[in-house]
Amino acid sequence: MTVLCLVELDGDAVADVSLRALTFARSLAASAASPAGGAGPRAGGADGGAGRAGEGVTAVVFGEAGSVPVADLSAYGVAGACAVESGELTGYAPQAWARALAGLAAGRSATAVVAAGTDRGSEVLAHLGAITGQPMAANCVSAEVTGAGSVRLVRQRWAGSLLEDAVLDGSPALLTVAADAVPAAAAGQPAETSVRAYRPVLGEADLRVRAAESAGRSAGASLATARVVVGGGRGVGGPDGFGVLEELAGLLGGVVGVSRVVTSEGWRPHRQQVGQTGTRISPELYLACGISGAIQHMAGCLSAKHIVAVNTDPDAPIISHADYAVIGDLNQVIPALVAAIRARGTTP
Amino acid sequence: MEILTCVKRVPMVGGKIVVTADGQDVDTRMSGFTVSPHEECAVEEAVRLAERHGGSVTVLTLGPPAAADQLRDMLALGATRAVLLETDGREWGPVATAEAIAAAIRARGCPYDLLLFGNEAADTGDYQAAVRVAHALGLPCVTGIKNLEVTVAADGGAASDGAAAGKGFRARARREYRGVEEVFEIPLPAVVSVKEGINLPRYPSLPGRLRAKRAAIEQSAPPWRPEGLRKERLRVPAGQTKRAEILGTGPDAVPALVALLDELGVLR
Repeated sequence: MTVLCLVELDGDAVADVSLRALTFARSLAASAASPAGGAGPRAGGADGGAGRAGEGVTAVVFGEAGSVPVADLSAYGVAGACAVESGELTGYAPQAWARALAGLAAGRSATAVVAAGTDRGSEVLAHLGAITGQPMAANCVSAEVTGAGSVRLVRQRWAGSLLEDAVLDGSPALLTVAADAVPAAAAGQPAETSVRAYRPVLGEADLRVRAAESAGRSAGASLATARVVVGGGRGVGGPDGFGVLEELAGLLGGVVGVSRVVTSEGWRPHRQQVGQTGTRISPELYLACGISGAIQHMAGCLSAKHIVAVNTDPDAPIISHADYAVIGDLNQVIPALVAAIRARGTTP
Repeated sequence: MEILTCVKRVPMVGGKIVVTADGQDVDTRMSGFTVSPHEECAVEEAVRLAERHGGSVTVLTLGPPAAADQLRDMLALGATRAVLLETDGREWGPVATAEAIAAAIRARGCPYDLLLFGNEAADTGDYQAAVRVAHALGLPCVTGIKNLEVTVAADGGAASDGAAAGKGFRARARREYRGVEEVFEIPLPAVVSVKEGINLPRYPSLPGRLRAKRAAIEQSAPPWRPEGLRKERLRVPAGQTKRAEILGTGPDAVPALVALLDELGVLR
């Protein structure tokens, strides 16, 4: 079987989210080879070395053939790559990308099309679902082909606070991958990746929506990638209480994140929100101060390595999500912590 | 300008999510209901656009009879009209939902300059109703939008009676992609899905609430149909809850906290 995987680039390498999607796609393709359900993380193309042409995972990259990151794809066991080249496709165009994927899926009789559950991946697969008239399963955690040719899958609801066991009947089956729940893993054996160019047939309507990138870098990026996040919630008390959290974040080389109530009250801008409707963070340390721990907030910090809570209520939900907790008022604890860190800096 | 906004009734879950014994739904006996956050912002955006450009805002939902509560909440924020596509309580998938919405829009003669959705529902997170409606109606579609400007095109003709929907309007929609801003320029009519943060929704006014209470809600009942993604069971992921190690109480815990931060390697 062939599984197409939309690959997004980060500079001239495969984006981390797409490495995760490729890992997922490889597992799905492998499950078809042994549909009893023993789908391991082995490469779909690993049967007999590089596998037969067209079998396993085919990566789809939008750009010139020369821009395809062959080394990354090879490490992930991808036997074939398609470079979608088009004079009309100079930037991102969601419906045009979906039209190209539809053409490729039909031409190669793809069993499934996979994309990372990013803004682009979700949007392009939704267009592909509408173009092909097929259902689409969003934010999948795992999937395998059953004997009957359906796809049995687990997917996230409530941004990962709930899981759904489901069966998908689609031809092709369309799946996006919950990026923070599927780790990237290279194939046991690298594949010999051959690159072919593909020129899609696009209609006028496919090109109505095209992105122009503006130079302005948004402020949300640092929160998503910060090594330390100091969180503030309702317990901060008001818009004037964040100074000490900013000060602590500065001392730790981190940034401030906030809960939804803080942005809904207008205390802080929405770009600082951590959670289901804000930014997903993955820091080494998340220090959550005065945050009760609603599931919508916790969904934004599933990837945090360590969570430390400071809360007056020992029964707050956050205590059940944190690794460590201080029971107390952040407005007393955090200033004392800042003072202690500063004192440590001056007296080694 | 005429704007349609689609919203979804979802459980208001707090610190814990509980699944019903049959594994088919979220247990809502102890919770209320609300509109998905992105969609509340879509309604606020629609009301602001109507305040600026004139016209009206229709809010539509597909849901059980009790979803009329959510429609009234949105009327209280300033929506003009409400439409309920009534279900029998079974969960609808995104394909059937989009078809029912598109059919309801066609039945009204496609009079809308702009169709606003939330980027994804808070509960199912399917990310596709807006896109499927756009395809069904042959409209351009942008998603994940955090900033929307609607302007009257230089050749004019907007909002005059009898003009085709969207005539003379253009939109500039922005979103973030990997920390870089993406800008889309599209003619209207179009479908736009938005994310929370595009605006800060207002609190309903008292007159708004009173008006919403009295407002008539248009109703119809499209037939449910199964689709290719079949839910078998919902479950809470294992290992999500633990019990934090308590470092201490109040400022007295600071030395232990400093030692922990040191151990984690975050002190510089």
